[in-house]
Formats: sequence, C-alpha cells, structure tokens
Amino acid sequence: MKVGLTHVGVVAYIIASSALVFVFPQSVLAFLCFEASLLVIYYASVDQTTKFCLGTIVLLVLLPLLGSVNGYYLEVAIQVGIFVALALGLNIVVGFVGLLNLGFVAFYAIGAYLWAIFGSPQANHFLPGNLFPLSSVWFFPFLLLSVGVGALTGALLGLPVLRLRGDYLAVVTLGFAEVVRALVNNFDKPINITNGPKGITPIEKPPLFFQPLLEFLGFSVNPSTLYPFYFYFLVLFIAMLTVVVARRLEESRIGRAWKAIREDEIAAAAMGIPVVRMKLLGLAVGASFASAVGVLFAAKQVFINPESFTFMESIGVLAMVILGGMGSIPGAILGATGVTILNLQVLKGLSLWLNSVRQSGIVLSIPLFGDFTLSQIPAQFEPAKYERMVFGLILILMMMFRPQGVLPPRQKRGH
Amino acid sequence: MELALDILPQVLVDGIVLGFMYALIALGYTMVYGVLEFINFAHSEIFVLGAFVGVEILLLLESAGHLATLHTAFVLLIVILSGMLLSGLAAVALERVAYRPLQRSPRLVALISAIGASFFLQDALRFFESLWRNTFYLTYPTLDVLDKTVPLGLNVVVPVKSLLVIVTALVALAVLHLFVNRTRLGAAIRAVAQDPDTASLMGIPVNRVIALTFFVGGAMGGLAGVLFGLHYSLVNPYSGFFPGLKAFTAAVLGGIGNIPGAMLGGMVLGMLEAFAASYLSILTDGAFGAEYKDVFAFVVLILILILRPKGLLGEKVREEGA
Repeated sequence: MKVGLTHVGVVAYIIASSALVFVFPQSVLAFLCFEASLLVIYYASVDQTTKFCLGTIVLLVLLPLLGSVNGYYLEVAIQVGIFVALALGLNIVVGFVGLLNLGFVAFYAIGAYLWAIFGSPQANHFLPGNLFPLSSVWFFPFLLLSVGVGALTGALLGLPVLRLRGDYLAVVTLGFAEVVRALVNNFDKPINITNGPKGITPIEKPPLFFQPLLEFLGFSVNPSTLYPFYFYFLVLFIAMLTVVVARRLEESRIGRAWKAIREDEIAAAAMGIPVVRMKLLGLAVGASFASAVGVLFAAKQVFINPESFTFMESIGVLAMVILGGMGSIPGAILGATGVTILNLQVLKGLSLWLNSVRQSGIVLSIPLFGDFTLSQIPAQFEPAKYERMVFGLILILMMMFRPQGVLPPRQKRGH
Repeated sequence: MELALDILPQVLVDGIVLGFMYALIALGYTMVYGVLEFINFAHSEIFVLGAFVGVEILLLLESAGHLATLHTAFVLLIVILSGMLLSGLAAVALERVAYRPLQRSPRLVALISAIGASFFLQDALRFFESLWRNTFYLTYPTLDVLDKTVPLGLNVVVPVKSLLVIVTALVALAVLHLFVNRTRLGAAIRAVAQDPDTASLMGIPVNRVIALTFFVGGAMGGLAGVLFGLHYSLVNPYSGFFPGLKAFTAAVLGGIGNIPGAMLGGMVLGMLEAFAASYLSILTDGAFGAEYKDVFAFVVLILILILRPKGLLGEKVREEGA
C-alpha cells in the first residue's frame, strides 16, 4: 500500500476537525467540520481498505469520544443513524423499484407501536395476566418480529394497490399512512390498545446484556450515562446492517429485477420477471427496514405518541432520498445525514442565534423606517419552525436542476 | 332510532355543504389531470390561499370600519371574487414556476415537485402571516346575516351560511359547465385534454390553454377556500391537507379528468362523510365515532381504486359526434 499525500491530508483533516470539537465543544460549526470528515473519506482518492479503516476509526472511536465531551453530538449521531436506515428502506421502494411510497412513516409507526405496546404496561389493558411490560430481554426478539410484521403489512398494502399507476399508488400509500395514524390516535376505545393521543410511556429500553462483562472488567458505569453510547452503537450496527442488506440486494438478481421493472415494466415482464411478486417484495423489504427502526425509536424515546408519525416524516425521508439520488445507496446515506443535520443543527442553531439576538436588546436605526429593536423580531420566525419549507425547497429544486440527486447511482456496464 | 331520525335533516344539509365544497376543489384536480395527466398536489394550498385572501380582506374591512357600513352582499361579492382571482393567479404562477419546466420529465418527477410546492406554500403562507399579523391561526370576522337561520318547515332550520355555500357553488358550477362546453376557450381545454399534440397542430396554443386550465381550476379552489372560511370560520396554513385529499378522492371517485364526475364524486363523498360523522357512533353503539370521518375518505378511495379504478362515470366523456 502506497501512502501518498492524500492519505496524510485525510488523516490531518480528521485530526484537525476532532481537535476543533474538543477545543470548542459547544460550537455547531466545529462539529459540522467533523461530520464532513466522513464525506472527505468517501471522496478521497485512497483505496477501499484505507477508507474502511478511517471510517471505522471515525465512527467507532472518535465520535463516541466527542459524544462524551458533549452528549448532544451523540443524540445527533443517533438521529442520523435512524434516518439513514429509514432512507435506505425508502430508497429500495422509490429508488430501486420506482414506486413512490408517500406512506412510509406508517411502517415506522407500526414497528414503534409494536414494541411500545408490549414493552410497556399498556398491553395489560387488553391482555389478562399482568404480564407486561415484557422484560427488556424481549427487545431483540421484537426487533426480529418487527421485520416480519413490517414486511407482512407492506405486502398486504401492496396487494390491492400494485395494479395502480404510479401517481395513484402515491396517494393511496399516503391515505394508508393517515388511516394508520387515525387508528393509532383513536384506538383508546372501545378497547385501549394504543392509549390514543396521550401516547405510551414508559417503554422498556434494550437489555444491558454486556453489563456483567463491564463489571468483570472493573468498569462501574451507571446505566443513564451508558445508554446514549449503547444506543449509538446499536443504531450504528443497525444502520450498517441496512447498508449491507441494501447493497447485497442491489447487486443480486432481485435488485436487477427491481431496476428492470423501474426502467420498463412491460419489457421486464416480457423477460420473465414476475413483476407483481418483485414489487411486493420491494414494498415488503422497505417496510421491514422502517418497522425495525421503529422498534429502536420507541425504545430510545421511552415515550411515543401519534404526533411522531405524521405525513411530514414521510416527506422528510423522501426529501433525503431525493437529495442523495434515487436508487443510490451512498446518496441515501448522504441525504439522510445532510437533512437530519440541517434540521437538528443548522436550523436549530439559527433559531438559538435568533433568540440570543432578540434577547440582546440591540436597537438598529434603519433610515426611513426609524428605530427597530431586535427584540421585536417575532418568535414566529425561528428557522426551526420552517421544516416544511426546507423539505419543499429540496424537492422542487432537486427535481428542476438535478433530478438524479447529489450522488447519482453509478451506471454499471450492461451485459 | 328517534334520535337518528331527528338529526337526519341536519346531516343532509351538512352533507350537501361538504359535498359542494369537495366538488369545487375536486374540479381543480380533475381539470389539471385532464390536460396534463398529473396530480396537482399543491392544489390544496391554492384552496387555503383562497381562504386566507378572504379572511385578510374581511379583517382589513373590519379594521377600517367598513364591515358594518357596507352591504353584506357587496362585501361577500368582493371577498369571493378576489379569492377566486388571487387563487387562480397563484395556480398559474405555480404552473409556470414548478411544473412547466418539468413537462418533458417523467411523471413522478413532476409529482415530487408538486409535493415540494405544496409543503413550500404551506410554510410560505405561515411565514407571511407571521410577519403580517404575528399569528397564522386566523378567524373570520362574524357577518351577522350569515349566522341567522332560515326555517324550512317541519322544525328544520338551515343556517344562511349553508345556503350561501350551496347557492354560490351551484352558480359557479353552472358557469363552469357553460364555459367548458359552450365557449371557444372551453373547447380548447377539451381539445388539449383529449390530445395535446393534435390540438397543437390545430393551432391551439397548448401552453396557454394549460395556464388557463390552472387559472380556472385554481379559481374554483379559491372559491371553495373562501366558502370554507365563511362556513367554518377558522383557517390556518395547514388546513388544506384533509379537504385537498378528500377532494382528490372525490375526483377519482367520479372518474378523474371528468368534470361532471368531479361534481358527482364530491357530492357522494360529502354525503358519506356527513353520514359517517353522525351515524357511525349510533350504529356501532359508540365504539367508533366521528373521529374516523377523516380517514373515511381514504377507505373509500382504496375501495374504488380496487373495485372500479375508472370511477363512477368512467372514462373522460368524449366529444359528442367526434
């Protein structure tokens, strides 16, 4: 392996940006620089092994270390991981199979409620025996179960609607998501299954199965400081798993069949591809990703209610996929990371800045308009409240100027 | 069952009012679908814009002290016409900015752009109202005449505002019907809907006709918005989502691209919803109630698309004698 100037440059960038975060733990800008190091690694012209090693160091070592300096960064990383997995799931449906699913959040909700209902005392309302909440050991079986339940609901939704043309399918999936939300919102009577708009809490967290090991090694950490790191690694593991699954699928017969259907359904059918079965499979796989991430989300949040599963979430994930490039796995990851960071850090950061400006009480004298006290800026202007505008702009601008996305899928040579 | 019969007239009136509202909005979806074969997802925001134009004009008149002095009929005329005009123009602008550049792209691209436009417009409206009034939840000023009721015999009373919705919608639908079927411009719209390429060969300026279609559909949506505001009083930038989706369902129910179909679909859906809202809880003994009325439309939509994807009135009605 030749060590060239690029290697040195990349490593130097990583070191410099992490040092920046250590020195200014509260600076959003410094953390953004650090996050960009993953992009630098991806784009640098170094060999795959080096990329892999550097990426592993950044994700497994540096990010948790920075998280111990400022816990908020860990939270951001967890959110990014959740959305990466969601975007990869939607990318299979929209990007590979070419079906515009506007109700993706429904499967996310199904997974979340699956664990929320049984991982909390909620299930005692309709099942006898006071068995609930299930102990946290059941978290992993439920994670597996949610994959199955998600796939099943995805396929069930697909059965009636797959014959529809693309734009009808979009509206029907959107309607399906609203039906799921209405059911979740209203099934506190006649039998209390979902506890309605009040939501469900407390939900069991995943088991700390490694705690005996840590104690054996002589670490005694209390669970509340341990959980953020635990969730970080869990989310990272699941996000990585979804990357691997998506990648393997893409390169398999199934993935090629999906793309053939996307490009030309009639030609694909003529080639002997079972179009309906393949589309169902695509919907099911995408839904199972979302459902599994939902279980994780419920366990992380401890509290969930129907408000977390609105149409806007579906559009947010869609914006991530569109931004990165439909059908592109690196694109979906980049889009999810970019949009999440934009929402969590850039917009929130601007809002905080606006608030501090308002509280500073500075008076501006504008000619013709007279004096203007900055505290008069209405709270309505906080950029964090305009997520919809951001998603909308991303969708319109991408469609107009770069419909293939920022990182379009590479065209492989045809056979 | 005594109770069930007592509320029947009220349910009918509610259903008719909702039905006309959905019919007016559905026209926008169906006309645009007719000429472009594309779901104008942002049409619900055009509808909300109409409601906001209405409330802004009424609030301005109120603060200037003219609301009490001017004749109510005159005020209503101003509000309705300006709501229609501005919504129509907004729809034309939307087409020009967000859709026309994508006319040659795959349909999903245009649809995604439309979804983006819908989200963008919601927050743009919110931003504007926050700047202007410091709140984006607005209430229509009360017009005394509208809150009166008219007795219709047999102890049934109908609020004037419901009558206003019904009469205005009937007039608008009649004018639209004449416009589409009896004028040269209407013929141009129908020609483009049937076959844009041939229409273009016949000397019809297709892009201008598409803009005209957006204007007419948008104006109908704006009218529905003003009527919605006058009837239900409360508006916010996000209040178009459910009416929009239900109106789209109505358009599909009637047969998308089909103008009489949209009217029929709207009426059927409005009635279904009013009956579901009132009778579902009586029929199921309180287990399921009015809270499900919002998703009722989606269940209907999914059922039609499975059972009769062409809608009640089937394909686009062909030109007579063609």
